[in-house]
Amino acid sequence: MKHLLATEGMTAATATAVLDTAAGLKQTLLGREVKKLPTLRGRTVITMFYEASTRTRVSFEIAGKWMSADVVNVSASGSSVGKGESLRDTAQTLAAAGADCVIIRHPASGAAQRLAEWLTEAGTSVVNAGDGMHEHPTQALLDAATLRERLGELTGRRIAIVGDVLHSRVARSNVHLLTTLGAEVVLVAPPTLLPAGVERWPVTVSHTLDAELPSLDAVMMLRVQAERMHGGFFPSAREYSIAYGLSEKRMSLLPEHAVVLHPGPMLRGMEIAAAVADSPRAAITQQVSNGVHVRMAVLYHLLAHEEEVA
Amino acid sequence: MAPPISGAAEPAGRRELLSAGDVARTIARMAHQVIERTSLDAQDTPSVVLLGIPTRGAPLATRLATRIADFSGQTVATGVLDVTLYRDDLRRKPTRPLGATALPPGGIDDRLVILVDDVLFSGRTIRAALDALRDAGRPRAVQLAVLVDRGHRELPIRADYVGKNVPTSRSEEVHVLLTETDDRDAVVLDRSGGGA
Repeated sequence: MKHLLATEGMTAATATAVLDTAAGLKQTLLGREVKKLPTLRGRTVITMFYEASTRTRVSFEIAGKWMSADVVNVSASGSSVGKGESLRDTAQTLAAAGADCVIIRHPASGAAQRLAEWLTEAGTSVVNAGDGMHEHPTQALLDAATLRERLGELTGRRIAIVGDVLHSRVARSNVHLLTTLGAEVVLVAPPTLLPAGVERWPVTVSHTLDAELPSLDAVMMLRVQAERMHGGFFPSAREYSIAYGLSEKRMSLLPEHAVVLHPGPMLRGMEIAAAVADSPRAAITQQVSNGVHVRMAVLYHLLAHEEEVA
Repeated sequence: MAPPISGAAEPAGRRELLSAGDVARTIARMAHQVIERTSLDAQDTPSVVLLGIPTRGAPLATRLATRIADFSGQTVATGVLDVTLYRDDLRRKPTRPLGATALPPGGIDDRLVILVDDVLFSGRTIRAALDALRDAGRPRAVQLAVLVDRGHRELPIRADYVGKNVPTSRSEEVHVLLTETDDRDAVVLDRSGGGA
């Protein structure tokens, strides 16, 4: 693997290899006092975040450090980006400074893809840590890792993705990854929050959450992304919450074994009730800790092998 | 071409060095050596842990522990230590899948750890294993048991227990086959020289 830009087009074999590596890393580090592996000693990883982030950035940084890579963080504010430097020039500066891998989050869909094209010559790997409304592949991988831990293999499992699918790169990445791994995906959202062309996705679409809940193995709640909304996608927050929020009462409609996921950050009381988020059904903190292992696995698959001939 | 004679028939360029019976006898002999060297049946026995290195070191460690229990009446702990993340050749090979690591309950602190592997060659796997051990705990001492020592060391490493010394050339390959991972027990020398 040279870059990780999207889960669309990723083969089941590649996805499974990364997930198996993540599980192996988790097991290796389990109960260890010193969580440090020498695997990526001498490699330099640069994170470039043009959008706010807590868990993605922190877990990439921890992942790199636990594998002994040197991790450097660059944020748009406080760097030359603020002086008007273009993405391309910034990226080439970082590559020239010796980055083996650039992890990028950017508000523009396709930014990671462009970056990968520009950096191919320098031999630098690119990881997409979220590009606009396009993809967030490591989030989908950590969701899949969490579901595998809770449910076993995903073949034939029925998983609902609920809420603001339109603005969600997490939903897009999960649709591709989970269906590749053999799961059946249901999108549950008001028609205004579904993207155009959704009928061509390998999913079923529903507008009523209550009807879907009893047949689910997992439900993934999405945050309503107010920062990407200009205009009325639904009448009011309260109305949205009543129709599509996961309340305690709704959770009781789920089968006993079903798992509740949320990619975070959560808006308690909006898409998910506080009691649901804190219940043992919810795997939200497990998702975060798996995020570190999955990102370690991604760095391992990108950086710990011989040079690939492009 | 005449049909191969049953038993030790191997394709051209391959020669069987140890048969299934030889493998069993070799492991039995190594078990006796471990008992003797570690005074396992004495009073103040050190607490011994056999740590197999995947892939084939893991079943070898289990078999060795079974024989040790048969001969001495002492049960020794076993475990698996994957060394992939500690290798120095990761950037020279395609991506390596990780093996499992399973340390025995109680860990390895202050115990006598015997690393178990199938073939000792350059010594680089054992170097990686020693680094991995350092991160896993602080054993009282570390020893090494291998089924086959084929020479060509690239590091100052030597085994404490050797099942069979096999002089080889670098272009040859030594394959240890075990029923846990392969179709039969055997040690085979491959002269076809496919490279490592």
